[in-house]
Amino acid sequence: MTKFKDKDMQLLLGQVLRAGTIISISIVFIGGIFYLVRHGHSIANYKVFNGIPDFVQHPSGIIYGILNIKGQAIIQFGIVLLIATPIMRVVFSTIGFVLEKDYMYVAISLVVLSIIFFSMMTGRAG
Amino acid sequence: MTILVFTLIILIGAYFAGLLGSLTGLGGGFVIIPLLTLVLHVDIHYAIGASLVSVIATSSGSAAAFVKEGITNLRLGMFLEIATTAGAMCGAILATHIPTSYIAVIFGLILIFSALLSLKKKAENIVREKSYLAEKLKLSGSYPGNNGAIDYSVTRVGGGFVMMIFAGIISGLLGIGSGALKVIAMDTIMRIPFKVSTTTSNFMIGVTASASAVVYLQRGYISPGLSMPVVIGVLAGAFTGSKILVQSTSSRWLRYIFAIVISALAVQMIYHGVTGKI
Repeated sequence: MTKFKDKDMQLLLGQVLRAGTIISISIVFIGGIFYLVRHGHSIANYKVFNGIPDFVQHPSGIIYGILNIKGQAIIQFGIVLLIATPIMRVVFSTIGFVLEKDYMYVAISLVVLSIIFFSMMTGRAG
Repeated sequence: MTILVFTLIILIGAYFAGLLGSLTGLGGGFVIIPLLTLVLHVDIHYAIGASLVSVIATSSGSAAAFVKEGITNLRLGMFLEIATTAGAMCGAILATHIPTSYIAVIFGLILIFSALLSLKKKAENIVREKSYLAEKLKLSGSYPGNNGAIDYSVTRVGGGFVMMIFAGIISGLLGIGSGALKVIAMDTIMRIPFKVSTTTSNFMIGVTASASAVVYLQRGYISPGLSMPVVIGVLAGAFTGSKILVQSTSSRWLRYIFAIVISALAVQMIYHGVTGKI
């Protein structure tokens, strides 16, 4: 196998970003159609903040919602994938730097990943 | 107002936000947040959540092409992402603790500042002298120009890093990409050629926004019904914008109009914030 180079990494990351965006937006779009068909004629209320419906707040609820074709759960799944896309990009860069044997940048990428992970945890702690 | 009408209004508004955002390089969040909060009276936390999602979509979508072409500086981006993600996390946590009226005022001020900045002509600077830290971190690079690859170096890494922490905080606090602040850090402080700084900034915006979006997601600030039309509209608008941008040679007049519109929105946001209506 020839050595993994910056050029290969550019192609790989480009594909990760493109695929992630297209897949997640398509899911959001499909969920949006179901949501509008079912709730299109209800009254919109976003004036006061009171959280989001419970079933789209937790992973188990989202999966349950998708299985029952609930538009909001499908949209939220797409949005979670969309948020995960840049994070996956960092994961793939880390692998790329390992293949390039650029250990300083492996370390730098891992620092970025741990900050994001820490951020996820502080969100949960409320 | 029914959800159907509400969704259509947002979809159209978000389309124009994305279009203007990509034509001027400021990003869609600048228009979408005032639209949602001032016109449709959406709670600012929901608005920031939806805006962040659209910022991630446009950044990932456009970064994909620039990365493949080899204009983006991957190492520089990755190194500075330490600063922006740490800042974004702090900004997102801050946003859930400070009153909404403060957020509105800060948003207005950053808006005016960014609008003024977008009018400034960007100089194509190429630095050749090498700084110790830039060498150590392998930040120098090259990008494809008209007559082959153009080499460049990077200076004042420390200053750029500090500016990036600030850009991250603003991004997490206000739900925008804060591309303008990232470009200051790279153009003005680190003296990176603007083609590289703009694309690398774009590349970084996705990760920065994700770092704060995970906080908003966990707190229940990302509402599917609202995010759906915002993200689809902004992305479609940004896509149209990039097509127009390739054809037209000058977008200078557009920048002036945009700067005026943005400043008017900013004054409204500040006014509502100060009077406590947001």
